[in-house]
Amino acid sequence: MSQKTVQTDIRRRKAWSGLFANLGLVAYFAFSLLPVLFILALSLKADADQTTTYLWFTPTLSNYETVLGLDDGGGTYIRFFMASLATSVGAVLVSLVIGVPAAYAAARYRFTGSDNLMFTLLSFRFAPELLVIIPLAVLYQQLGLYDTIVGMIWVLQLVTMPLVVWILRSFFQDFPAELEEAALLDGYSRRQAFFSVVLPLVRPGIAAVCLLAFIFAWNNFIFPFTLTSANAQTVTVSSLAWLGGNQVKFNLVAAGAVMAALPPLVLALFIQRYLVRGLSFGAVKG
Amino acid sequence: MALDTAPDNASGNGRAADAPPPLDSVPKVSPGRRKLRPYLLAVPAVVLCVGILYPFFVGVGYTFYNFSAANPDPMWVGFKNFADVVTSAPFWNSVRVTGLFAVVATSVETVLGVGVALLLYRSSLLGKIFERILIVPLMIAPILAAIMWKLLLLPEVGWVRPILGWFGVTGYTGTDSPFWAFFWSVVVDAWIYTPFVAIIALAGLRSLPNSPFEAAAVDGANWWLTFRRLTLPMLWPYLLVAVIFRLMDSLKMFDIIFGLTTGGPGDSTTTLQINAYLEAITYARYSRGITYMVLLWVFVYVVSMFAVKYLRKVQARSAGV
Repeated sequence: MSQKTVQTDIRRRKAWSGLFANLGLVAYFAFSLLPVLFILALSLKADADQTTTYLWFTPTLSNYETVLGLDDGGGTYIRFFMASLATSVGAVLVSLVIGVPAAYAAARYRFTGSDNLMFTLLSFRFAPELLVIIPLAVLYQQLGLYDTIVGMIWVLQLVTMPLVVWILRSFFQDFPAELEEAALLDGYSRRQAFFSVVLPLVRPGIAAVCLLAFIFAWNNFIFPFTLTSANAQTVTVSSLAWLGGNQVKFNLVAAGAVMAALPPLVLALFIQRYLVRGLSFGAVKG
Repeated sequence: MALDTAPDNASGNGRAADAPPPLDSVPKVSPGRRKLRPYLLAVPAVVLCVGILYPFFVGVGYTFYNFSAANPDPMWVGFKNFADVVTSAPFWNSVRVTGLFAVVATSVETVLGVGVALLLYRSSLLGKIFERILIVPLMIAPILAAIMWKLLLLPEVGWVRPILGWFGVTGYTGTDSPFWAFFWSVVVDAWIYTPFVAIIALAGLRSLPNSPFEAAAVDGANWWLTFRRLTLPMLWPYLLVAVIFRLMDSLKMFDIIFGLTTGGPGDSTTTLQINAYLEAITYARYSRGITYMVLLWVFVYVVSMFAVKYLRKVQARSAGV
């Protein structure tokens, strides 16, 4: 075989493998987007069309109007939305205030128990939720924390705290200690060095972690499902209500799911850069 | 290098030749306080841990009482709950379901995730667009994803029946039979979490050095050999992180199965945490439910200890230590 035919052979093989790669990608993403497209279509169907599988229908926004409660002034949805917002933001803030010093200490100092602390926090991430929920349900009844924002913020620390501490520790570990030492030599105190040298440089990372923790807190189901009933019920849990009743309206269920899933999806657009590190708890630096 | 050795450096070795720090402006910190500093920083986190561990220990305590809604004044029963649970058929059924679900779902997601990552790594134009939308399933709450799939799978509403119809499949009944309920639960789990494995695998692929692959290409190694002998072993430390996360998470599977099948039909998809939910919340037998959870927790804890130890070994080896 001459050099030329070998080259065209290789080129042809490359073209074929490129085609198969793209076909594979298209197949996977068809699978990946199918439920999303389906639920969007279903959420736009009128009551008469809701039990048809056809794509040919006259779209209507009336399901969204019902889910948002526009007929009764939007009170219900806004209440659930605000509860979701308050619990998620509160949980992230508490995790941040408590977690930043702990993550910094674990990254910069060697102290007895630091590994234990880190692994206790990590074990919260992997503990079955009901193990804590059952005693908490009893405890919350006694303390009056059942169905309150404060109670939710407390229990959501199981979700946000390990994430914040583990990822921030990896950020602090990556931060060159020399920069901090230089600041100390220039006469900064430890606190000043932290706030004016370290913090500004890790800020984008912290912002991404906050967003990710917020998304996971928002998306959590089992805690608000078991520990709230009306006052602190979140959007995610309340969207299940459309499944209840005598006659389930699938188009309403779909619209409810879309409205509950939308906020985290929008926020997720902003964390692409730190996503790998965030999802792997700092174990993989993408 | 840990920063707490910096003061020694400045006065003793290494830094001695440098200009001394402006001592008058350096705040005076007693050595005692310096030693205490990391503990002071960690105190709030420890307090929080205690706040979370308190209900945990209370819960473990419940396993020795016969606490339920029907019996609000619980009595000490010793190990009776454990004995009851480990001799009951539903427990072993949910152990089987949980184990099978965790192993099957993690394997499917790992294989599929590596496949997607390899395809995206070729970075065609299509790949660049798809990489942006890869995380969509991951950012939807699992319970909502389960609801979406539940509708998608419903024979009278969803698109799965007509799509299977194109391929000539008839008699589709959704999640009505035990096998298909389990099958679709795995599919939904894979739908959500394959991107998780793919994202981590892709980050791993992009961080691999080029030279071994060039050497393999020069030696004429084919694709499969390169993948098996080079890509996969070098990717393993990254992949292992994803596998451990998926395995641990699917052992405590709740949201997806609760949304999709609520554990049914019968007990064919009743995982341990679904079973604990039924016992503790639906039937209000708190002690019984939490006994399930304690047993699951002990198992998860032991598995995670070995997994983390193995991960550290793999990471140390790949770092060349």
